[in-house]
Amino acid sequence: MQKCFCVAACFVGMLVFNLGVASDEQPFIVLASTTSTENSGLFDYILPEFTRDSGIQVRVVAVGTGQAIRLASSGDADVLLVHHRPSEDAFVAEGLGVRRYPVMHNDFVLVGPATDPASVIGETDILQAMQAIARSEALFASRGDDSGTHKKELSLWAEAGVAPAADSGTWYRETGSGMGATLNTAVAMGAYVLSDRATWASFGNKGELEIVLEGDARLFNPYGVILVNPKRFAHVRASQGQAFIDWLVSPRGQALIAAYAIDDAPVFFPDTMVDE
Amino acid sequence: MSEVFSAVATAVELVVGLDPDLVEIVALSLKVSLSAVLIAAMVGLPLGAAVALVKFPGRRGAVILLNAAMGLPPVVVGLIVYLLLSRSGPLGEMGVLFTPTAMVIAQSILVMPIIAALTRQTISDLHEEYDEYLCSLGAGHLQRISTLLWDGRFRLLTGLLAGFGRASAEVGAVIIVGGNINHVTRVMTTTIALETSKGNLNLALALGIVLIILAASVNAAAVLIGDAASKRYG
Repeated sequence: MQKCFCVAACFVGMLVFNLGVASDEQPFIVLASTTSTENSGLFDYILPEFTRDSGIQVRVVAVGTGQAIRLASSGDADVLLVHHRPSEDAFVAEGLGVRRYPVMHNDFVLVGPATDPASVIGETDILQAMQAIARSEALFASRGDDSGTHKKELSLWAEAGVAPAADSGTWYRETGSGMGATLNTAVAMGAYVLSDRATWASFGNKGELEIVLEGDARLFNPYGVILVNPKRFAHVRASQGQAFIDWLVSPRGQALIAAYAIDDAPVFFPDTMVDE
Repeated sequence: MSEVFSAVATAVELVVGLDPDLVEIVALSLKVSLSAVLIAAMVGLPLGAAVALVKFPGRRGAVILLNAAMGLPPVVVGLIVYLLLSRSGPLGEMGVLFTPTAMVIAQSILVMPIIAALTRQTISDLHEEYDEYLCSLGAGHLQRISTLLWDGRFRLLTGLLAGFGRASAEVGAVIIVGGNINHVTRVMTTTIALETSKGNLNLALALGIVLIILAASVNAAAVLIGDAASKRYG
């Protein structure tokens, strides 16, 4: 019996030992990024190509933009790829990041129930549409999680002259969750919701929701990439991180971003390709 | 209901087809959770036995604390371990955040009180049966602890299994300290959370079914081994 226990203990011990050594066979970087880039399948499409070209593995931690910036600010990531320009500029200005490179863009879309209780279908002005939602007190699902999409939504409410926080819990529902979880909630409630186009296009549980408004210039959604400053955090894998950034903005990286499509429609548009 | 059936079909497909991604994720889940249970057992078994057998001031308080710690919220443990392992935290130098090691640390903390509390209960009960015998031997604390742990080994298996169940089912801690990185720290529960957030409810449910089957198999194996061994060795 003792033998049996010993064998079991050795087996588990080997597992533990295995864990300790498994991690350093390949150079890697930690990329703090948003759920939209991960959930849309873009990273699954382009990152293996980068790893093939460079031999560097990219470990993506996909969280909201706010949390991604906090991770990078604590030195827990080497590269940051997010979508909220003011926060990105502040990150660089504080010396936490080296420099912001524009990578790609797409747009936000307003998604809502096909029954359209706030009558926004046909509207082209996002501010008018949001005012209509607030006026009719139709359900609206907000991320409420300090993500890039949440920050964008708040700035749109402010521009529209609506203060929805006062109605939180009534028609304005803050989920405090990622884009996908918020979309699941919106589908179940029949609520309007602001989403980035990529997450919506790849979302598998659309239910009765559809895009009710798109194309307003205010819905522009740019993504930037920043190397975490190695002068602030000595452990940052600067050369590998910069190699990744250079690759992303190179013709090869940009072409791959442009080639990525969901249902034959591109969802991200490269920023530095001249023949766009 | 049809969603459940199609999820079952997807689950069967994944398992029968030995989907390589699924195999990798299941293997990592087992590795992380079994490692956490092993580490937690090395601390929790002696600790639980010591609390059961050694009289010291504040023992009732220690028992209450151990029992309460069985319900530690995984997300809080995850957050604390994150703050410790972050590059800006006291253990940042180790650079283990977003690795399986960080996940094992978090799960060990979650599992240890479960093993310790259940061990304390088991050893307490055993102690009543064995008290006279141990007294007649004139056994000291260390000898009592090791004797009772060895004699109670089959009953203690339940505590280890409860710990494994807790570790393999939790998502709150591992998603914070592991980061759910594909091919590095992605385990069953974080995959289920991810697929749910992508709206792939069918796939998420199928993975849930696989996880339940896995947990049931580990439990069944442990019970069968325990039964066979206790028949042979009493």
